[in-house]
Amino acid sequence: MIKKIIGLTAFAATLVAPVFSASADEVNVYSYRQPFLVEPLFNEFTKQSGIKVNVVFAKKGMAERLAREGEHSPADVLLTTDISRLIELQEKGLLQAVNSDVLEAAIPSQYQADDNSWFGLTTRVRNIYTAKRLGDMAISYEDLADEKYRGKICTRSGKHPYNVALVSSMIAEHGEAKTLEWLEGVKKNLARKPQGNDRGQVQAIHQGLCDVSLGNSYYFGKMLNDDKQKVWADAVNINFPNQVNRGAHVNISGVGVAKYAPHKEAAKALLEFLASDKAQQMYAETNMEYPVRAGVKKSALVASWGDFKADDLPLETIASHRKAALKLLDQAKFDL
Amino acid sequence: MIFGQRNTSWLTLSWLIALALLAPVLVMLFTSIGNFGELFSHLWQTVLPTYISNTLLLTFYVSLLVLLFGVPSAFLISQTQLVSAMWLRWALLLPLAMPAYLVAYLYTDLFDYAGPVQRLLRASFGWQSPTEYWFFDLRTLEGAAVVLALVLYPYVYMLTRTALEQQDTSLLRAGRTLGLSARQAMLKIALPLARPAIMVAVTLVMMETIADFATVQYFAVNTLTTAIYDTWLGYGDMAAANALASVLLLFVLFTVVAEQKSRAGQRHQSNRPNFSDDKLALSFGQQVMGLVFCWLLVILGFALPFGLLIAMAIDYAQLEQLGQLAEIGWETLKISAYAATAAVALSLLLALFHRFYPKSVNHLPLQISGFGYAVPGTVLAMALMATFGPIDHWLNDTAAWLDWSKPGLILSGTTFAIIFAFVVRFAAIANGTISAGIGKIPHSIDKAPASLGVGLLATIRTVHLPILKSSVFVAWLLVFVEAMKELPAVLLLRPFNFETLSTFIYQLISDERLEQGAIGAIFIVLFGLIPIIWLNKNKH
Repeated sequence: MIKKIIGLTAFAATLVAPVFSASADEVNVYSYRQPFLVEPLFNEFTKQSGIKVNVVFAKKGMAERLAREGEHSPADVLLTTDISRLIELQEKGLLQAVNSDVLEAAIPSQYQADDNSWFGLTTRVRNIYTAKRLGDMAISYEDLADEKYRGKICTRSGKHPYNVALVSSMIAEHGEAKTLEWLEGVKKNLARKPQGNDRGQVQAIHQGLCDVSLGNSYYFGKMLNDDKQKVWADAVNINFPNQVNRGAHVNISGVGVAKYAPHKEAAKALLEFLASDKAQQMYAETNMEYPVRAGVKKSALVASWGDFKADDLPLETIASHRKAALKLLDQAKFDL
Repeated sequence: MIFGQRNTSWLTLSWLIALALLAPVLVMLFTSIGNFGELFSHLWQTVLPTYISNTLLLTFYVSLLVLLFGVPSAFLISQTQLVSAMWLRWALLLPLAMPAYLVAYLYTDLFDYAGPVQRLLRASFGWQSPTEYWFFDLRTLEGAAVVLALVLYPYVYMLTRTALEQQDTSLLRAGRTLGLSARQAMLKIALPLARPAIMVAVTLVMMETIADFATVQYFAVNTLTTAIYDTWLGYGDMAAANALASVLLLFVLFTVVAEQKSRAGQRHQSNRPNFSDDKLALSFGQQVMGLVFCWLLVILGFALPFGLLIAMAIDYAQLEQLGQLAEIGWETLKISAYAATAAVALSLLLALFHRFYPKSVNHLPLQISGFGYAVPGTVLAMALMATFGPIDHWLNDTAAWLDWSKPGLILSGTTFAIIFAFVVRFAAIANGTISAGIGKIPHSIDKAPASLGVGLLATIRTVHLPILKSSVFVAWLLVFVEAMKELPAVLLLRPFNFETLSTFIYQLISDERLEQGAIGAIFIVLFGLIPIIWLNKNKH
């Protein structure tokens, strides 16, 4: 009987996935970014450096997980899609400074943390898509609350990080009271309850359910490259809002090194690779985002949308209004 | 108490199991204490009332619908001479293989304004815009209820059918001799006797509904689960999220207690299962109605969505995915099988303990081990990290102190955590099924071997386990299928380079690109079918 129990225990132990050892030639990544985007990048990195990349696609709860794992965490590198996530990691003390001349030189200073704990890799614009049937037009975020769009606007949940960041930038510009008023105005203009994702809103414009939607720029490119979704994208124009005043709201995707990274050197190498010409070019081409590194060309498609003025509000300011933005969204019952 | 008053080792083991399964829930409750603070009152003043009423309404609608779908179909299959019953018998189980969020996605695609159904309508009637006609909107509370009910009704169908088939026919015959018509005997005797099984099934469905995240999120229906996500991921306030989860737990507690109260004092046992041939004859009209009803359930809950998936896979086939999918599929099957085996073994221990030591306090381990079912996968995952994390830290520190190499996060950072999460979440299913099976074994049987001097373990091995074989098997399969479909816990707990079919597909669905994962989705459904076919074979 005891033999049996020991045998079963040993058997059970083999069932559990192998625990990752701290060998030098690998690096462990917690990623908010999707597999199709980061896998080609990681493959290229492995090809160049011989360092194996292990990934967890931990879209939700990365910070919580890291905090719980503490000093025994296997994580080396953290990839996120939104400035607030980076700041959250920074504020919870889950990152460590990376001192690298390569990174300093490659990434403009406004896209780096003062304490070198995080670095932006790409910028992503919050665009307004409008139905082609409306013709060419200039539009601002403030316009979305205008009565002329009653029943014409579609959006994903207000609580999505991309929208929360936009609302935060509105608070920075107009203050909380005005922003709440704006949110209530936008809510009145909604064609339907907030639902789906950024692509779904363009699809809804194509269907004729609404005329105006919010969406990140790269989705436009991705839809144009998708057989089924091309018709959706063909139904809309992509607009860069607020070009006559503060400019379009911009967020970043970024990267940091975990405080207790067991493979610190490999992690630094990966960061430097992600900021390299080659990787930045891949970001631009594969994901149609705007590379942060100066001199890296946008994809031809992205370039065809034209240049734009970006809001130069510091990213930290956006992140600092985050909770206030969430509360206003609740107060306006935006998603209900 | 035929085998003595106490069995200390069994008692200890039962409580240990129950507490282990309850531990994450306890951790969650403790962290919530004192956290109904400022954020909570903000939520209460703004969105929480709507979330709560949505949760209650959704649970009510889904329960009502699964009863309307599951009980009549079980009755038709087990008690009448319905044409094609031999096919329907198992076909009605097929929707179990469909993850609800998948059906939600496929039906939205089908019934949306741009979908084929509305396009056809517009082309036929010359309508131009959405304002010219009315069409139901699937992305509503009612829509979510219908989709959830379509994939969850098989629980009610299966447990009700089994209960009806295992009833003692002599009771029905007695009813008939006292002047009841065949139909009256069914309504007045058979169905009331099946009520405990029906209630167990409905409770499972309710808990599943309360914990659902992916479907309601896709349909933009904000429930308490949404609030927990918001609070945790949006506000970054784990403690307040735990407080909300505790409110959710109260709902569950209420459900469980209400269910048990509703069948208190009922005891129905039989060792003469009803496989009689005297099934009710149906008139032509009844045949047609019965057939339409049953086949419609099969079509809407399974055939149509599955057909849509196949059509997508043909249009967008990416055959180079197959190797990767086979690998992911194998991993998914493995961890689901481990979870099912563990859950069933633990349930058996707890249920048999209560059977042989039927003090009411001995029912507690069985009851509390099922609590995890209604804890949303995400919350459970966080609670598990909070539970295992410290143990892992202690292990590593100890290893370092002993100058051993550090084992790493062997509990919280490996698939062990996922399997444990599955067991916590789905123990209730195993408990329900196995307890129902045990409940049907007459107590007189327990005493016979003792009177012959046979010991307790031998009695269980030679008498109870063989009788329970089919219940155990059903329980195993149910946990297996549920584990395969479970999403949020895996999303949060997975170790490096680990993917299950659900996470793979969810990734694509959340990006409106299911087409590219259609083959993967078909894999989930096909793997889900294996147990259903098996289930069917073993019933004959």
